[in-house]
Amino acid sequence: MDKNCVIKTEHLSKEYRLGVIGSGTLRRDVQSWYAKKRGREDPNRRIGASEYEKGETFLALDDMNIEIMRGERVGIIGANGAGKSTFLKLLSRITSPSDGTIQYRGRIASMLEVGTGFHPELTGRENVYLNGAILGMSREEVSAKMDDIIEFSECEKFIDTPVKRYSSGMFVKLAFSVAAHLDAEIMIMDEVLAVGDMRFQKKCIQKMRSLAVEEDRTVLYVSHNMNTIQDLCSRCVVLEKGKKIYDGSVDEAIRYYLGGDRDEFFSFEYTDEKFKEPVRRNDICLKNVKYNGRTTNLFADGEKMQLELGWVNNADVNNLCLRVEVYDSRRYPVTSFLIENFYSGKKGEEHSQRLELDITPFARGRYYTRYVFYNRLTDTSSYEDIEICGGLMFRKIMNDDTALRWQSTWGSVVLGKAELIE
Amino acid sequence: MQESQYDKITTVTANRAWLNINLKEIWEYRDLALLFVKRDLVNAYKQTVLGPIWIIINPLLSTIVFTVIFGVIAGIGTDGVPQFLFYMSGNTLWSFFSNCLNRASSTFLGNARIFGKVYFPRLIMPVSGILYNLVNFMLQTGVFVILVIIYTVCGANVHPNWFIALTPLLILQTALLGTAMGLIISSITTKYRDLNILVSFGVSLLMYITPVVYPISKVPEDFRWLMLLNPVAPIVESYRYAFMGSGSIEWFYLLLSMAVTAVLLFLGILVFNRVEKNFIDTV
Repeated sequence: MDKNCVIKTEHLSKEYRLGVIGSGTLRRDVQSWYAKKRGREDPNRRIGASEYEKGETFLALDDMNIEIMRGERVGIIGANGAGKSTFLKLLSRITSPSDGTIQYRGRIASMLEVGTGFHPELTGRENVYLNGAILGMSREEVSAKMDDIIEFSECEKFIDTPVKRYSSGMFVKLAFSVAAHLDAEIMIMDEVLAVGDMRFQKKCIQKMRSLAVEEDRTVLYVSHNMNTIQDLCSRCVVLEKGKKIYDGSVDEAIRYYLGGDRDEFFSFEYTDEKFKEPVRRNDICLKNVKYNGRTTNLFADGEKMQLELGWVNNADVNNLCLRVEVYDSRRYPVTSFLIENFYSGKKGEEHSQRLELDITPFARGRYYTRYVFYNRLTDTSSYEDIEICGGLMFRKIMNDDTALRWQSTWGSVVLGKAELIE
Repeated sequence: MQESQYDKITTVTANRAWLNINLKEIWEYRDLALLFVKRDLVNAYKQTVLGPIWIIINPLLSTIVFTVIFGVIAGIGTDGVPQFLFYMSGNTLWSFFSNCLNRASSTFLGNARIFGKVYFPRLIMPVSGILYNLVNFMLQTGVFVILVIIYTVCGANVHPNWFIALTPLLILQTALLGTAMGLIISSITTKYRDLNILVSFGVSLLMYITPVVYPISKVPEDFRWLMLLNPVAPIVESYRYAFMGSGSIEWFYLLLSMAVTAVLLFLGILVFNRVEKNFIDTV
């Protein structure tokens, strides 16, 4: 194992048996075993289930090979069931692999959940000791860090109160603080940074990053929140069906995971519900979208965007409104284009609508969109979304060769120049 | 952070060796075992008026019940030993045994949640169980010893003798025997929950074939050997002899019981180790 490599897995696999494992009671298992022995049919087999179904297996993690270097902050993303949590569980030795090996240097502290082992009757301070010990710290180590932990958790006042009287926010803050002050060389976290309020979340991410940058610790983080991954990680792995399908830069990985090939699309057919979000009333169903008269999603400086949307009405629609939301490459919202009360139609009708959006102020970069159809509610000033779809991506080019080159950190929208006042 | 930590390479493989107990690792986690004991003590008596005094009241109450039912009503003799002391010695040692057993037997099912989220040597749980029960037992024994002294001074038929020096060994053996049986049960219950129901029944049944509420002298001579094959029986009998001088120490059966304890403990740790690695997938 290389000197700088802290985690190395080779052909790591984890197999699970599908279906019910055994019947859970000794009597039935003996019954099944006896029937099998005498060549009779298993009396406990589900009706209709085939003979072999019981032994079917499923690879939650399939031949995973990865090397992680010291000080790296690795994000792991993938859809539900892609094997992310299984991977973390194997690394943190909660369950053992079916095949392959894991080697790691130093200690691993895993936080697959905030506040594992916290006991409601114990005070905050007692729980810090207990939780620290569960995570592998000795009493002296916890004592040495106690002040830092309490300060970070912002729970000074309540530290000697039983945690059952804590608000849920205080609880998770304290729990996270313990984990953040571990001395382990490798930290493994499963979606735990999304605790507390926004300010505290920022603080957590800052803390994890500084641990990696300043103290050379290694961080592995699983999340569905791409913003956190982007804020924290220096490298990102995409898993799909137990296999590693991408390993590299964070931006590329997120693009790979979220967009897939859709990134280069200039038109798109919504054939399934994958790119739509659930809404309460699904009055219309978006069928397709395209950039009108184009074969690319590239927009030059000064060009406006023409969008053509086709949909079918699931119910009678009155005064339909549409919002085209635009997000930057970090998935932060930039702005939205609104058009209100532009369409009414009967149930079953199909409609195709062309729109023009002025995207000239956008700076160079990639932008993601979302189409949200909604109704204004007449009695109030609120609205109701009736169809939410992930939209086409577009890339914007800026023609600023002659002027100073616009930096992405300056913002996503280029407005007018500042004027001097005489 | 110590740079040297990076030289420590851990390797995890699919290899499921039957016997690899990392005693060093358990020692490294000793603080955790103690904290679990503390947690359980705090939890057991928080928001009770009498608090930890219950540890002592509990066995006293059940000893009174035993005295009334078995001593007064049923009239089972106690070989001339004061009834209260007789029943208390058997009762405290027996509950120590059965508590260790119960505690160890719920190791996997009772801690499935925490085991599913974080790794620490799983044996820490039964170890902390022994310590927790030992704390309770020692407090009860303290009261018992005081009572023995009072009775002796008052000239009752109680004769503490040098075999008291043997009692720490007997207590250790009780803890290990209970825990060993518990570990085996715990490992099997991850798959067969039936055993859970059977255990509580079995434990109370076992008490009646152990000389807890009667002296072994009340058992017909011909069946005594059969009874002494029960590994708990010679322990209880010897323990009682040490404090009160009644009954006898059957060396052969006591040594046999120790051998059985050792074998069960070995087996228990073996299956526990085997199950621990993947039980979270099936529990």
